[in-house]
Amino acid sequence: MSVKAELLCVAALCCFTSLACATPHIQSWQSASGAKVLFVENHDIAMLDVAVSVPAGSSFDAKSGVAGMTHHLLDKGATGLSEDDISRGMADIGAQFGGSFDQDRASVSLRTLSSAAERDQALNIMAQVLQQPAFMDAVLTREKVRLISALKEAETQPESIADKAFQKAVYGAHPYALPVSGEVVSVEKITIQDLRDFYAAHYNASRAVVAIMGDVTRAQAEAIAGQLTAQLPVSGGHAALPAVTMQIPAIEQRIAHPASQSHILIGAPGMSRSDPDYFPLYVGNYILGGGGFVSRLMNEVREKRGLAYSVYSYFMPLKQPGAFQIGLQTKKEQADEALKLVRNTLAEFITQGPTEKELRAARQNIVGGFALRIDSNRKILDYLSIIGFYDLPLTYLDDFTARVERVTVAQIRDAFARHIHPQAMATVIVGAPEAKAESAGGKNK
Amino acid sequence: MRIYLFFVAMWLGSGQHIAQAEVFERTLANGLKVIVKEDHRAPVVVQQIWYKAGSMDERTGKTGIAHVLEHLMFKGTRSVPAGEFSRRIAAAGGRENAFTSYDYTAYFQQLHKSRLPLAMKLEADRMHNLNLSADEFAKEVRVVMEERRMRTDDQPQALLQEKMMAVAYQEHPYQNPVIGWMSDLESLDVADAAAWYRLWYAPNNATLVIAGDVKASEVFALAQRHYGGIARRVLPPRRNYTEPVQLGVKRMVVKAPAELPQLVMSYHTPVLQQPEQDWQPYALEILAGVLDGNESARLNKHLVREQQVASSVGVGYDSASRGPSLFTLQATPSTGKTVGDTETALRQEIALLIKEGVSEEELKRVKAQVMAGEVYKLDSVFYQAMQIGQMESIGLGHKTLPVMLAKLQAVTAGQVQQVAREFLQDDNLTVAVLDPQPLSGKSGHKVEGAAHVR
Repeated sequence: MSVKAELLCVAALCCFTSLACATPHIQSWQSASGAKVLFVENHDIAMLDVAVSVPAGSSFDAKSGVAGMTHHLLDKGATGLSEDDISRGMADIGAQFGGSFDQDRASVSLRTLSSAAERDQALNIMAQVLQQPAFMDAVLTREKVRLISALKEAETQPESIADKAFQKAVYGAHPYALPVSGEVVSVEKITIQDLRDFYAAHYNASRAVVAIMGDVTRAQAEAIAGQLTAQLPVSGGHAALPAVTMQIPAIEQRIAHPASQSHILIGAPGMSRSDPDYFPLYVGNYILGGGGFVSRLMNEVREKRGLAYSVYSYFMPLKQPGAFQIGLQTKKEQADEALKLVRNTLAEFITQGPTEKELRAARQNIVGGFALRIDSNRKILDYLSIIGFYDLPLTYLDDFTARVERVTVAQIRDAFARHIHPQAMATVIVGAPEAKAESAGGKNK
Repeated sequence: MRIYLFFVAMWLGSGQHIAQAEVFERTLANGLKVIVKEDHRAPVVVQQIWYKAGSMDERTGKTGIAHVLEHLMFKGTRSVPAGEFSRRIAAAGGRENAFTSYDYTAYFQQLHKSRLPLAMKLEADRMHNLNLSADEFAKEVRVVMEERRMRTDDQPQALLQEKMMAVAYQEHPYQNPVIGWMSDLESLDVADAAAWYRLWYAPNNATLVIAGDVKASEVFALAQRHYGGIARRVLPPRRNYTEPVQLGVKRMVVKAPAELPQLVMSYHTPVLQQPEQDWQPYALEILAGVLDGNESARLNKHLVREQQVASSVGVGYDSASRGPSLFTLQATPSTGKTVGDTETALRQEIALLIKEGVSEEELKRVKAQVMAGEVYKLDSVFYQAMQIGQMESIGLGHKTLPVMLAKLQAVTAGQVQQVAREFLQDDNLTVAVLDPQPLSGKSGHKVEGAAHVR
């Protein structure tokens, strides 16, 4: 057999438990352009994954939707390449070109065969797209129409309505409240100049993070990082985001909708990527509502009472504190019962914390399942991007299981008590039970 | 929907890395087929057990029972209390779930390789020792109803799809949704679940697929130890359905709360029967790729970018299934365009295909993507196991995967044109339209800032 056995574990062996596995050896350097590079060399599969991330997410929007549209238009025309040249050029060699976009981060990613002809063609196109985007008028006009129709559609669907109302209730005037893809009224007003300005201000090499995973050598990886960032615009300062207001008023918003189910979201600002309580909150949340079929919320709401198919809680760790969110869907007639149950479950967890037994089970799962987090090139690439973008230590993966092992019941109780205040949370119910929706509706515009 | 290609064999572009599919198989005396795919890149393993029993095996009035039973498989056995299966897998660092389709029901766990014996012990136990209580049934069927509301009843596009299938198929059980009709869910009881379990949950109706950092010989020994003692059962005869020939276009409308209309055009098409001899299903896979296999493919290029008559398009076709297949075109009309405009544009694309065929360049591009996909697939052990399990469960067997890959590469432009001409015809066609309805209700949907403080 020729799929080599050593694969992921080029170096760095860390053995905290019998189940620990070798973590990937991350090489990191700064490219001449100023970009930060994280690289894992691995030749088991003849392919290469690359992702370039910049702090150019929706929270940097002055006009809601500009950041998203800038990102969206990157691969729709560059100097010397029409959008058709780009999509055909990638398709001809079987390359997969993609990207992701959230409040903090805009990224462009590539998966290609690592053989020279395919790799070079794919990287050449990617380099053009990142560094010479054309932002053409006709394309913007067309994509605005498409985006607006998608936004209007989203405004009729209960899940999207709930998400939007929830972000607004949790973040108020903070940019994290902005819908990631924009709003109809502001998208209508986006101009080519908006995109050019946004690109020049936010797509800078000095703030870019290049993640490279796969079948290239260190020397090749250095050349790739240079090729993808040397021509990015140079700009000066980067306005910092305003601080998130952590304490929010208790709000319950009921929104009518003809759907058969109520979509319920409960939450508040939660934690940032750099929060010192990251691990106690992460492990604690596994017990509360992150651990799939074995979480407390799942057990109370679904297993014991059959009230919902899906119920969960999570922390969205961002540069600034991202949301802590609990979500579920249940038929209208039982929405109030389910809501009460979720609130009680949360309150009990906050006041009493988890049991030792629950913590042991959580540790067993997270530590015992660590190997599953890094069992593919795709997953490792994502970790490289996150580690680079959020300035996490290069030993983040090496330390991960030990950090989880050290979490105590007292730390979880303490961290939750400081971060989560059940008396001061936003609740959004879309497709609310009729009588109450009407009474709430009376106060609405 | 995207072109959905199943292949396994390896073909690596560069020459210096030629990987061989390390697939081993053995059938236990009780009929359980065990297939092992070795992949030593990471110290993990996936166990999947596939039962050849899906919603297409259900009877009238009992739709949804295959999926309800899937849920009940987590509700305990004689020796493992309800919920304990999930707790033990979680405590072993595992991830687990299950899924039901028209053709099969499958259960899986992903874990550190050292925990495979635990996963096997638990999975083998619930193959023959399931406890079915009326209480657990009553709770769980409510969960399934919530799942149906969430995935179908409140999702306009899923609703359109469900109702389209019910019209496109006149007799074949693909006319029924996997999750079941609500009124059937309301009338099912624990005896139905027990009957289903007795009928289909037997080693000789299952395939066990293990993939990851394991040795095939050790897996076979483990499988023998845990599954070998389960008795073989006599399986009921399977009914083969032949969908009556459609004799003219079918048209339908679904009204649901939404903003945008949707158009779905589905044509009856064949699936693989004799993979070595067949050619049409391969040509249909390539046709789907030419129309929508990548960003530069015809529908996106012509309808979305150039004519701007659609804001999104999609094509679906699956050559490998137990029952027949549909070749489906889907589109959302662009702002200011009607469903009729979009249908006309789709029909023009089809007419162009039939008249002028496809270029060698387009053909080459789709094939290049298939081949690159074969390399990328190596990054997911889970997906490789899925392909094997699916192929076994639909009756073609995983050894068909390399055959399919070779046959796809051999498809000619003439064949693509020929299948377009033969199958993309009105007499074969169901047209389904989503007619968007305003959100009724007195207060409208865009209520904001309405909060009252608790």
